[in-house]
Amino acid sequence: MSAANANQGHEQDHEHDSEHHIVGPMVYLSIVLALLFFTGITVWASYIDLGETRLFNTGLTIFWNPVVALAIACTKMVLVVLFFMHVKYSTKLTKLTVLSGLFTFIALIGMTLTDYVSRAWGRW
Amino acid sequence: MSDSTVTAQETAGSAQAHHGEHPPYQRHHFESVEQQFDTTNFAMWLFLLTEVMFFGGLFMAYLLMRNWYYPAFVEASHQLNIGWGTANTAVLISSSFTMAMGVYSAEMRRKGALVFFLVLTFILGLAFLGIKSIEYSEKWEKFHIPGIRYSTSAFTNPQSDPEVYKEYHDKPLPPDMASKTELYFFLYFAMTGMHALHMIIGIAILGFMIFRAKNDAYTTGHVTFVENFGLYWHFVDIIWIFLFPLLYLISRY
Repeated sequence: MSAANANQGHEQDHEHDSEHHIVGPMVYLSIVLALLFFTGITVWASYIDLGETRLFNTGLTIFWNPVVALAIACTKMVLVVLFFMHVKYSTKLTKLTVLSGLFTFIALIGMTLTDYVSRAWGRW
Repeated sequence: MSDSTVTAQETAGSAQAHHGEHPPYQRHHFESVEQQFDTTNFAMWLFLLTEVMFFGGLFMAYLLMRNWYYPAFVEASHQLNIGWGTANTAVLISSSFTMAMGVYSAEMRRKGALVFFLVLTFILGLAFLGIKSIEYSEKWEKFHIPGIRYSTSAFTNPQSDPEVYKEYHDKPLPPDMASKTELYFFLYFAMTGMHALHMIIGIAILGFMIFRAKNDAYTTGHVTFVENFGLYWHFVDIIWIFLFPLLYLISRY
């Protein structure tokens, strides 16, 4: 049913056809199921001590729980951005805009961190 | 581009960018519906990027405070009910699904389906706010409102809170670390409060859209408003996708 209607939609929206890809319900359904699945995984992982790894050269330690939690959250974000927000099927301009937003956010976090790490860590 | 005296009988080779040949919802400063759609889409994304920076500041504060006062953040996070948090996450993810289906219905020009999915999204948004209000009122009762009604007794003496203690068996925090739990709750209310404000604004616009959708505003080919609102709604969902593990799932073992 959705395939036939998708064809109908494409014929009606002819001027949009090359640019305006219409994402179908089956894609949305699989994405939402994946998102719910990842939510379950991240809750489950928070109950388990995933330990840590020391990096001997730098004296830094990686704690795996927050790394895993953030990795799962980033995966969910990528799924929402690509499919629910249609970025996978969007123009180069849109893709560039999204990536530049990500870059600016990383600059926000990274540059603020360099300030604290280099001189004022914990002194509050 | 062309003034009103130009007739519609232009050269056959030109595309549909002619006065008198464009759909009524195409504004005159655009050459085509596609350009109009792409332009408004780009503008919406720029707005969303400003929102990313806005929330980014709060996430940066969280990053620092959690790393500096980790034990306080762990114990304070145990005061949040993981059941309600997970339920809220499921509610928002489902509302993103219904919103995406709404956009699809608008693109397919199916008014009934569009209204149905917008109403579902509306209800799920309200459900999210309802669960949030349950959580917030519990914070008020337990004296966990920073600056206004706050007590660290649940953290200097965890056994005074039997419900939480029997699940996590937290160690008592020394007073200076216990005072940092107020920082955690400040971030909790700042971040979820800003998020809830965005939800309220989104739900209000949804109400407007449901009314307009019933009057065929979005099912004649002009899906831009619905699609761009969808972007906003998915963005609010993404913010919660990050808030949930950071606030609720710090360490539950």
